[in-house]
Amino acid sequence: MNDIIVRSITRIVIPFVMLYGIYIVLHGHISPGGGFSGGALVGSSLILYTLVFGVDKARKKFSHRVSEIAESGGILLYLFVGALGIILSGSFLSNQSAGFPMGELGSLLSGGVIPILMIVIGIKVASTMISLFHILIEEEK
Amino acid sequence: MELLKDVLDHINFIGAVALFVIGLYTVVTHSNLIKRILGINIMGTAIFFFFIAVGNVLEGAPPLIDPDGNSEVVFINPLPSVLILTGIVVVVSITVYSLSLVVRIYETYGTIDQKEIAAIQKGEDYSD
Amino acid sequence: MKKKFIASIFILLFVVLVYSIMQMPAGVGVDSLAYSESTEYYIENAASETGVTNIVAAILTDYRAFDTLGETIVLFTSIVAVVSVLRPDKKYEEGERHE
Repeated sequence: MNDIIVRSITRIVIPFVMLYGIYIVLHGHISPGGGFSGGALVGSSLILYTLVFGVDKARKKFSHRVSEIAESGGILLYLFVGALGIILSGSFLSNQSAGFPMGELGSLLSGGVIPILMIVIGIKVASTMISLFHILIEEEK
Repeated sequence: MELLKDVLDHINFIGAVALFVIGLYTVVTHSNLIKRILGINIMGTAIFFFFIAVGNVLEGAPPLIDPDGNSEVVFINPLPSVLILTGIVVVVSITVYSLSLVVRIYETYGTIDQKEIAAIQKGEDYSD
Repeated sequence: MKKKFIASIFILLFVVLVYSIMQMPAGVGVDSLAYSESTEYYIENAASETGVTNIVAAILTDYRAFDTLGETIVLFTSIVAVVSVLRPDKKYEEGERHE
C-alpha cells in the first residue's frame, strides 16, 4: 500500500502486537490463553506486515527456508519431549512422574514440561498462518 | 411471562441455533462458491458455540485456581473448551483447503458461479 | 416464489429446533447437565498433580497431550494439502504433455 498513514501506523503497531502475542504464549499456564491464541496473534501481526509492505519484502523476512524449519522442527521437538518422558519414566509425554521440576504454584517457571509445549504450539500455529497466506497470495509470473 | 423467562434462560442455545440456520440458508440459496464455503464455516462456528454453552454453570467462576484463596469456588466446566480448541483448527484447515480448490476451479473454468460451471460441463460432455 | 418457499421451510426448521431446545435444562448449579465425574476429578486434582493454576492448559498439555500432538499433525497436513493443489510438481505436468 502506498498510503503514508497506513505505513507509519503499521510500523508503530506491529512490535506491540507481537509482544502481546508472545506474552500470551509464555503465560499460558497462569492466565487464560495459551499456545493457540498467542500463536494466532503473532501470525496476524506477520500477515499485517505482508499486507502493507508487499509480498517481496515479507518473503525476505520470512522465507521458504525459515517456514520449513519452523514447521518440521515443531513436531520433532514435541516428539523429542515425549521421548524424554519414555526415557526417564516409562510412559509417553509424562510430566510429574518423569521427574521434571515442578516449581511452586502460580509462578512463571512451574509445571514441568508445560511451558515448553506451549511455546512449541505457538511457533507452529504462527508459522502455519503465515505460510498459508503466502501460498494463497502468490501469483504466477 | 413464564415463556419469556424460559427464553431468556436458554438465550445462548437459541442464538447458536439461529446462527446454524443462517449458515445453512447461505449454503442452500446462493450459487457463488465462496459464499457457500463461508456458510459452512458459519455452521461450524455455530456448533462450537452450542457446545461451549452446554458447559456453562450459572454464577460460576472461570477455571483458574487461586493459589492462596479459598477452595470452595464453583467453576464452570473446563472440558468443552478443551475439546473445541482442537475442533477450531480442523475447521480452519478445511476452509483453507476448499479455498485453494476454488482457485484451481477458477483457472480451469473461468467462473466461480456453480450454475455456469454445470452448463460448461454439460457442453464439454456433448462435444467429447 | 421459490425464494419464499425456501425461506418458509427454514423458518419451520428454526421453530422445530427452538421447541426441542426448550426441553433442555438450563444449568443452575453444580448438579446440572454439565458436571460429570471426570470434571470433578480434573478440578480437584489439577493443581497438585500438574503444578499449574490454569485448568484448561493443564488438561490440554498434560492429561490429554496426545490429542494436541494429533492437532499439530493436522496443521502440518493442511499445509501439505494446499501446497500439493496450488504448486503441482513440474515433472508431472511435463510428463502429461508429452503423452
